Amino acid sequence: MTTLTDPPRESFRLSMLINDTRYRSLTFQAIALVILIVIMAYLGMNLVANLAAAGLNISYEFLGEPAGYDINQRPIPYDSQSTHMRASIVGILNTLIVAFLACVTATILGVFAGVLRLSKNWLVSKLMAVYVEAFRNVPVLIWIIIIFSIMTVSLPGPRDFRGDDATASMVFDAFAFTNRGVYTPKPIWEAGSTALIVIFLASLVAIWAYRRYARKQLYEQGNLLPVFWPSLALFFIPTILAYYILGRPVSLEYPALQGFNFQGGIQIRGSLIALWFALAIYTGAFIAENVRAGIQAISKGQTEAAAALGLRPGRIMNLVILPQALRVIIPPLISQYLNITKNSSLAIAVGYMDITGTLGGITLNQTGRAIEAILLLMLFYLTISLSISAILNVYNERVKLKER
Amino acid sequence: MSDTHAQTVAFVRETQIPPAPPPTMETGAIKWVRENLFSGWANTLLTLVSIYFIYQLATFVLPWVLNGVWNTSSLSECRDVLQGVTGGCFSVLTDRWNQLLFGFQYPSEFYWRPSLAFVLLFLAAAPVLFFDLPRKLLIFTGLYPFIAYWLIWGGTILAPILALLGFVVGYFVFQRFVKESFAMGFFGAIVAAFLTWWLGGYVVDAVASEDTLLTAVPSRDMGGFMLNMILGTVCVSLSLPFGILLALGRQSDMPIIKWICVVFIEFIRGVPLITLLFVANVVLAYFLPPGTTFDLILRVIIMITMFASAYIAEVIRGGLAALPKGQYEAADSLGLDYPQAMRLIILPQALKISIPGIVNVAVGLFKDTTLVSVISMFDLVGMIRGPILASTDWNGVYWELFSFAALLFFIVCYGISQYSQWLERRLATDHR
Repeated sequence: MTTLTDPPRESFRLSMLINDTRYRSLTFQAIALVILIVIMAYLGMNLVANLAAAGLNISYEFLGEPAGYDINQRPIPYDSQSTHMRASIVGILNTLIVAFLACVTATILGVFAGVLRLSKNWLVSKLMAVYVEAFRNVPVLIWIIIIFSIMTVSLPGPRDFRGDDATASMVFDAFAFTNRGVYTPKPIWEAGSTALIVIFLASLVAIWAYRRYARKQLYEQGNLLPVFWPSLALFFIPTILAYYILGRPVSLEYPALQGFNFQGGIQIRGSLIALWFALAIYTGAFIAENVRAGIQAISKGQTEAAAALGLRPGRIMNLVILPQALRVIIPPLISQYLNITKNSSLAIAVGYMDITGTLGGITLNQTGRAIEAILLLMLFYLTISLSISAILNVYNERVKLKER
Repeated sequence: MSDTHAQTVAFVRETQIPPAPPPTMETGAIKWVRENLFSGWANTLLTLVSIYFIYQLATFVLPWVLNGVWNTSSLSECRDVLQGVTGGCFSVLTDRWNQLLFGFQYPSEFYWRPSLAFVLLFLAAAPVLFFDLPRKLLIFTGLYPFIAYWLIWGGTILAPILALLGFVVGYFVFQRFVKESFAMGFFGAIVAAFLTWWLGGYVVDAVASEDTLLTAVPSRDMGGFMLNMILGTVCVSLSLPFGILLALGRQSDMPIIKWICVVFIEFIRGVPLITLLFVANVVLAYFLPPGTTFDLILRVIIMITMFASAYIAEVIRGGLAALPKGQYEAADSLGLDYPQAMRLIILPQALKISIPGIVNVAVGLFKDTTLVSVISMFDLVGMIRGPILASTDWNGVYWELFSFAALLFFIVCYGISQYSQWLERRLATDHR
């Protein structure tokens, strides 16, 4: 029996920094850190020297100064005397508006196209394939400009709506499609409308509570309660009743031709529509592919197994296929939302005043504060994308297959 | 038995009747149409709606294309020819063809140079894209960047030769030292290459004569679809090695290197490309030594390459993560060190898995090169929106120009994605 003794302890030699795996990673990291610091210092020194030569400094005081330019779409009160800060906030809101609209529309389009692409109907599936390929393979900037050109060049001007021999007319007397934008009716909130909104929200809560109750009944008592029709009734009936009982507190203001332009109603500008639809159609094509991939990822055996258990086709879709397919679909869907938000910065190409147009466009050019403005701009987008990634991580953690 | 049977039944057929053809409703085109287009009321409705949609589209587009005018020199002339009939003024494409492809400043007597470079691009890309071709062709691929640079930019031939020389010297140094240690060979090669360029720079400055074989064309004269192609090919090919390094760094055990890569990747992926182009346009100059002038196209290439390498890094990281852990352990158990394991075992497999993702990034990047029009560079979209639509001759021709741009991008991007699908099938080695 041999006895094992510890090998004699080596004293530390300098060559071990390279040759010994225990220390080598430390050496590499130290080198990387030093290189990083040197590069940063070099860039920083150049920055200081350049700023000194140009007589500039880094300061965010310009945010408090009056902006002096107008913004054509104002979700919050803003005029040219407001500060650059307020202009940026208007820009942020405009970014969020177009991103939200485009996300909703793209999801609807994408789900339809994705499902129809799997349709047994040869013509429909080919048509959807053409849609997906045509829109995926052309830059979104070109789509934005094409739709913007349709909005501004092809649509009639407001004066074409005038007179007896008008060449253009309003749709349902409520919507006017003009080259200055689309005019839609605008709801007027009068006294009592708050109560109406509260009742509507309460009915939503009631729907949720009823569905919960129905599920509990099913799981605990085995009673299958109808869900669809009661939900539908709860959604419409209380609100409509309240609307008449409260004496019609909400009315619509219709746009009407006055002078050379339409007055009243809501004006949706061509730039917003161009950006909204171009982003929606373009991203919809990508979402369609994600949806298709998600549905195809569920093996056919799942459908057959569910059918063997005696489930009806609708329930197979709802209870077996969709929950599994959504696990595959939702992560890429969320990153498409992120892409929409980032691509909405292309607003600058059609003059939509989002954050890139205000802070990164006019404010930057007027104040000359390029570094500060772009830093803030990047910070805004970084915040959005990091929070979306955080949501995605939470979701992924929740739906992760629980294995062993 | 059969005899008794014959007497009880009035008639027995003694010969077999020839097989009847299946009912006409169940064969050929009719069956296909019934099954695929009209199998139920919902399906029929969908079919009818689709046919109506296609009909509308065709009545809208076909006259426009078929009545198109191809040989006038201005919009008013084209409208005279059309005389109110629906038709496209495609003559803007023939009239401004060179501007659309090369921009409005590239000297017209040198158009053959970028054209030649474009044709050679296919020759250079072929051995990379198709493995069956003789491997010797890769030598030309290696030489291509320098040839293309010399053709498009012109100027002294010594500059691209010096650049090539740097790579050659680096390669020999790498070969010399890699047997001792990969790190030594790698960093030695980088140092040697930079040393060559640095020293060679003085030599070239001293030797280069004013009158060169190909006249120099400054970068700001590049434009049109050529600019999109230059940005696309250069940035994709440069971002691949950087992307691999970033992905390996992010997978690394060394926390500092890992965090440098993570911060870089997440930062770049979190901001839109436009803000990075703004950086290239207005901010980057502040971070360079005072007095250096850097041309815009180079600054844009740097920023787009950074952008693309972050995305490619994420794709390759996915490929690295998808490899079974056994592959890493097998490499270790063979006694390979980290660079050997990566080069010989891990990366070949990880890159193969990542090909579809890399191609997606490449297609996306090529489409994103149109964004440079926002910072007033005259790429294809910039040319259309700027000099062409602003000219008095063609003010108001939107659809023809943008359809052309869309078609050009569609052809390239669709071609690339079809290639990637073919490659995926080619490389599928798992037996399913």
